[in-house]
Order: sequence, then C-alpha cells, then structure tokens
Amino acid sequence: MSQSAVSDKVDEGKRRFLLAASSAMGGVATVAIAWPFVASLMPSQRAKAAGAPVEVDISKMEAGSILTIEWRGKPVWVVNRTKEMLDSLNKDTALLADPDSSGSIQPPYAKNTMRADPAHPNFLVAVGVCTHLGCSPTYRKEVGAADLGADWPGGFFCPCHGSKFDMAARVFKGVPAPINLEIPPYTYLSDTRLLIGEDRKGS
Amino acid sequence: MSAINQLIDWVDDRFPLTRMWKEQWGEYIAPKNFNFWYYFGSLAMFVLVIQIVSGIFLTMNYKPDAKLAFASVEYIMRDVPWGWLIRYIHSTGASMFFVVVYLHMFRGLMYGSYRKPRELLWIFGMFIYLCLMGEAFFGYLLPWGQMSFWGAQVIVNLFSAIPVIGPDLSLWIRGDYVVSDATLNRFFAFHVIALPLVLLGLVAAHLLALHEVGSSNPDGIEIKSKKDPKTGLPLDGIPSHPYYTIKDLLGVSVFLIVFSAIIFFAPEMGGYFLEDNNFIPADPLKTPPHIAPVWYFTPYYAMLRAVPPLFGSQFPGVMVMGIAVLIFFLLPWLDRGKVKSIRYRGGVYKVWLAAFVVSFVVLGYLGVLPPTEGRTWLARGLTIIYFAFFILMPWYTKVDKTKPEPERVTW
Amino acid sequence: MKFWKKALFVLVLAPTLVYASSGEMKLDPAPIKPDDRISLQRGAHTFVNYCMGCHSAAYMRYSRLIDLGLTEKQIKENLVPTSAKVGDTMWITMQKSDAAQWFGAAPPDLSVIARSRGVDWLYTYMRSFYRDESRPTGWNNLVFDKVGMPHVLWQLQGTQILKTEERTDDHGHKVESHHLELATPGQLSSRDYDALVADLVNYLGYMGEPAKTDRAQLGVIVLFFFALMFVLLLLLKKEYWRDIK
Repeated sequence: MSQSAVSDKVDEGKRRFLLAASSAMGGVATVAIAWPFVASLMPSQRAKAAGAPVEVDISKMEAGSILTIEWRGKPVWVVNRTKEMLDSLNKDTALLADPDSSGSIQPPYAKNTMRADPAHPNFLVAVGVCTHLGCSPTYRKEVGAADLGADWPGGFFCPCHGSKFDMAARVFKGVPAPINLEIPPYTYLSDTRLLIGEDRKGS
Repeated sequence: MSAINQLIDWVDDRFPLTRMWKEQWGEYIAPKNFNFWYYFGSLAMFVLVIQIVSGIFLTMNYKPDAKLAFASVEYIMRDVPWGWLIRYIHSTGASMFFVVVYLHMFRGLMYGSYRKPRELLWIFGMFIYLCLMGEAFFGYLLPWGQMSFWGAQVIVNLFSAIPVIGPDLSLWIRGDYVVSDATLNRFFAFHVIALPLVLLGLVAAHLLALHEVGSSNPDGIEIKSKKDPKTGLPLDGIPSHPYYTIKDLLGVSVFLIVFSAIIFFAPEMGGYFLEDNNFIPADPLKTPPHIAPVWYFTPYYAMLRAVPPLFGSQFPGVMVMGIAVLIFFLLPWLDRGKVKSIRYRGGVYKVWLAAFVVSFVVLGYLGVLPPTEGRTWLARGLTIIYFAFFILMPWYTKVDKTKPEPERVTW
Repeated sequence: MKFWKKALFVLVLAPTLVYASSGEMKLDPAPIKPDDRISLQRGAHTFVNYCMGCHSAAYMRYSRLIDLGLTEKQIKENLVPTSAKVGDTMWITMQKSDAAQWFGAAPPDLSVIARSRGVDWLYTYMRSFYRDESRPTGWNNLVFDKVGMPHVLWQLQGTQILKTEERTDDHGHKVESHHLELATPGQLSSRDYDALVADLVNYLGYMGEPAKTDRAQLGVIVLFFFALMFVLLLLLKKEYWRDIK
C-alpha cells in the first residue's frame, strides 16, 4: 500500500470478528440459496402422482393365476397361490439362501414364511424385478419342470442369468441373485380390492 | 508448512494459480476513488453467474418443443419443488442484467472509460452487449407465449426488409415459413449453449484487456503516472484484495436486497419483467393487439417505428435501429475532448450527455406504448437528438470549455 | 452557459409530452381476499361444477388443493370427477377441435387466465353478460364484445339486457353510453351473485399462481436476512477502508 501514514492502529480484533460474522452469514446464505436448487431434483408432483398407489381388482383371480400390475414403472405380481403352493413353502427350505427373509426388503407384516399379509396368506404381492441385475423373471408354477429339475417346487425363474425364486419369491442358494424379491407395501381395501404401494395399517 | 500450503505449492509448480490470483485480483492495483458507478462491473459478473446456474436448472425440466414448451414452464412453476423460485430468479435476472449493464455503460460514458488506451476494452464490452441482446432475444422465445411468438415473428421479419437477400435470410433464420418448432429448437440451442460460451469468452477478454491497461477512475486521470519511488506502485492505487473484495461484496448484498424484493413480491413488475400476454400460449393465427419487445429493447424499437418507410420498404427503420446500437463502437474516436471525465468537462458536453440520456429513456418509454401520430413525431425528434449526440461529438467535445484535471485523484 | 441550461430544462420536460388518453372499458375492482381459504374453496367448487364442462385447467393438480385447507379425501369426494384420480391435473374430455367448431373458438384453458387477463377483468366479465338475439348463443358481453361463450351462470344471476342512452355533451357531440339492467332475476340476489363471482375469481387468481402466498411469506424472511447481512458487510467495509487515506 502506498498512501499517507495511517495514524490510528488497525483494530485486528474487530476485523476478525466482523470477518467471522460475515463469513458465517455468507455461509448460511450460500446453503440457503443452494438448497432450493438441490431440492428441485427431487421427484416432482407429476412424478409423485404417477408413482401413486395402484388399485387392483382381485375378485376374478383363479387359483394359481398371476396378474402383473405396473407400479412406479416396475412390474408387480399378484399371485393367487393354491394350497399346494402354500404347502411347498414349508418343504423347500433346504433350497433357499434366506428362508426367513432377514436380508430382503418387505413390509413388517410380510416377514413370514408366506411373505404375505396374514389376513390373506394365499396372495403373493411381489416386485417382479430380479435382485441380481434387474430382469423380470418368468412365472414357472409347474412342479418338477423338466428344465428346472425334479426338485423344482414351483416359483419364478429369471432367464437372464438363471436365478431362481420359490412361490414366496424367496431366492435359491447358489444363484447370482443375492436376496429375496422385494415385497412392496400394500393394503387390502376389501377382500376384492388390493391397493399396491401404500401401507394403510401403519404396522 | 501446512498441508494446504503444500498443496498450493504443488499446483503452482504445474499451473500459474497463485500468479493468476495475484495478477488478476489479489495484487491488481486499482484506483482508490471508485464510487457508486463502479459497482456495476462486478454485479454484471454476478448476474451472469446467477443466470447460468438458474438456467441450467430450468433446462432440467424445460421442453424445447412447440407443443410442450408452455406446459413445461407451468410444470416448473407448479410441480417441480422450488421450480417457481428458479423461474423467477431467471426472469428477474434477465431484466436485472440489463439494468446493471446499462448503468455500467453509462459509467463508461460519464468518465470516458472508453478513451485511449481502453478502446479495445470498450469494444469487447460492446460485443458483450450485442451478445447479451441476442441471448435475451433467443431466450424470450422459449416460454412460447403470445409475446414470445409474435415478438420473434416481428423481429425475424425485420431481416426480410433487407434488400435482395432479406426473405431468404429470414427463411434461413426461422427454418420454416413462420416461427415454428424448428425456430424454437434452434433458438434453444443458441440460448443455452452457443451464446453463453461466447459471452464467457468475451467476459474473459474484457477482464484481460482491463487488467492489461489498468482501471480508469471517476477523475479520468491515469494513476500509473504518479508512482511511489520506493515501491513502484501507483500512489493513488490500492490492491483489489481485500479492499474491493469487501466493497464489491457489499454491492452484491445491496443488489440481493433489490433482487429478492422483486422476486418475492413483484416478479412480474407490472408486466414489464413478465408480460401479461405471455401467459397466453402462442397462437400463430391470432396476433395480440399490441406487440412490444421487453423494456430493455424499447428505445431501439421506438426508433424503428419512428422511421417512415422509404420506397415501400421498412429497411431504413431497420438500418437506423442497427446503426443506433453499432454507433457506440465508435465512441473512443468520436470523443475529442481534452479531458476524460465529466467532472472536468464544460456545460456544452453536460447538456449533450443529458440530452442523450433523456432521449434514450423517453424513447424507451415510447417503445412500450402503442404509437400515435404525436408520439411518432416525438420519437423522431428524440432519435435525431440520439444520433446528434454521437455525430456531433467530434465538434462539441472540441469546443467544450474543460476544467484542468487534478494531479492526484479526488473522491 | 445560460442557453445550455435552458436547453437542459426543456429536455427534462420532454417526457411529459408522452401522455395520451386511452379508451378502455372501466373495470370493477375484484373484491377478493387471497388469504380467505373458505372463499377459495367455494370458488373451486363453482369452477369444477360450472366451468369444467368446457374449460380445462391442465396445469392445476387436484391434489394441490390441500393449499385451500382441504384434505385429500375431501378433494376426492367433492371436486374430483369419478374418471380422474386425485393426483391428476384438471383435464376435460372435450376435444379442442370439436369445441372450436361448436363455439367458434375453443374455450381456453383457464390455468393462468388470471395472469393474462387480471382478476378485475375476470370479475367484471362474469357479471357483464347480456341477452343479444343477434349472437349464436343468444348472449353477448360488455367486456368482451361478440364473445363465443354463453352465460353459463345465467340461472344464478338472472338475465341482463343492454340499455343504451344517447345524450349531447358540452361540445355539442352526441355521446352514447351503455349500462346493463337486470330484466329477469335469477336464483341469487345481485349481491349474492357478485359474491359467488368474487369467490370464483379469487380461486382463478390462486390457480394462476398457487405458490404466491409461499412466495410472499418467504420473501419477508429473505429480505430481513439480506438486510442484516448488508449491515454486517457495511461495518466490515468501513472498518477495512479506514486504512485508505
């Protein structure tokens, strides 16, 4: 600096305080200004509306049949399992990697052998996306199918890399998929109407 | 040595980081007597950053398709979290950019900042102004409202007034027989990437040219002519850091107050920043009763309308409008005054500058209103005064009785 | 020097030459309170029941109406048609091409009508329909001459007719003036009809920019913060600039 001599001394303390206070305010302002921009990337109202729960009429489902519903852009299966299919769930434990569903995603009320709401144990509601790399498995209800082996209890087979799941969408041992298929939240609005995507019970 | 200092040293060995900081800002010596008029350069850079950031986030949800554009803007306003704020930031920022740039240019006029050796600095600035006008013009089509569409239609049709090549030129610009989806898509490309890149390059050139010769000041005298024999630094200079870092931040905080007041309480600004008619989707079959460009173009628009057609062509008006903008380039050579700054000029110059300001502002106001015979004659008179300011400048700046410039800067 | 000062004085006065008269219809100011949620709810109800037969509001989502103090259940039960979901936008089934044929011009989408026309225009318009046998719909409007829209709310307002008077003014020119008179009363009194239209226009104003109240509330906080920051930076600037001369 090259001006005339300054007579009063520099008040370093005041400068430090003012600098600190201004920096703090500036920091708050920066975060406050950045927040709306960052938040704008969250799903919009349109995305949320499109991802809203889907209502399904299950009154006309024959035993053993499957319905595929689209929810949030993904296929969700609704399977009306027969009594034989439900029985097989207790017998195929040896084939499974995680029979108790401790590592998979499901609502609390579906953490049981049937992986279903106990009030309607025959209906399986599962997201039809393989937990390996995302292909959609095929429904193979034929017990002991020729290409799947004599011990095939019925279930789902993913053609992409050969992962297998039983009639409760539980993953087999020794296949590429690491965990059971995801069970989405769902609620029975009545015995004939199923709402996929929302858990109204809150349990 | 701390880790950060070591890191900086490592970078400095491979990239001129510290040197750039020192030369361009940290130890860039600027005159100590910068006043109110000197805030607007840094504010212009600040608004440029605001426009780029808000623009990027708008582009994430905007759809440049004639069938989807208007709806996508309303989608941003309603369905995208905080979308309304990002939109208002961008629309207000566009107008504020021109407020800041016009004040910045006026500073140049007042203090003779365009005089030797700063002619090239002024020329880069003028190119920035032209790009800014292009950027605003292209951007305004994007919401695809009635004003967007018809404003673009009228301006592109102006090109068809050019003799011989006009109609083909307009067809080429539009990519279609009328402003359409083809036009929208290419204007989107210009607005989002082409012109912003050019603008950034020109701003860099503008700053490099400034730092090469050093900043002028309100007295118009060169601080480098009086150096401290011991340090070799200008006696009336101070390092930009921390003095102008802090002062410019103060300017930013005032700007943010004004900016926020508009965004949160009056984003439409009575229809001047966001026009009422632009909330009607573009309709190629229905012309609004009154088409006007946005306020920052209206002085030139008033001139265009004031010039009568010659031999059935509107081309003279287009020429006058074009020259009115381009004549600014000649300023460094038109000004023959013995002093740079208005502080030391005589009454003759001051009256001419005041006349210029009045003509620019009133022409701007006339451009917003529908034309009447009285207004057209007034616009003609004011256009003559506007041009006279430039054309007669070599004469009146010479005869102007100036005062002696000081040896050292004054506040 | 004196001549130049005179010239400057004249130039400064030049702007006053700009003023000219404009001949536009006088609009009644809309007596609306944007904070009045009950008014907005009533307006939404009127809009859905009377306007959405022909006018869509394609950018307005039903679910957004929780802004008006309604629950999603209330919205679904009272305002959403059975064919739509609460997350849908207020679309209608009438095709624009059919509408253009039936009415001469397609009824515009009303999502942002309040931002282009303004609430005063809308308030005056909805109360200015009158019988006009020369028009295909049998209705005309003082604010929007030869409008293609019939008077949808005629049963509520009643039927107005146009009364024209001719008189001679001070300069000896003949001056025509119009006013509307209620020929047949409707279900609502004049005051109640005006209130209904005010609610409807209030809703249209809200629908034009649902974020408006948020915007103003946030603005107070933001301005206060920046004002504080300004004071702090001013102190900082003054402190450092004491170094300079």
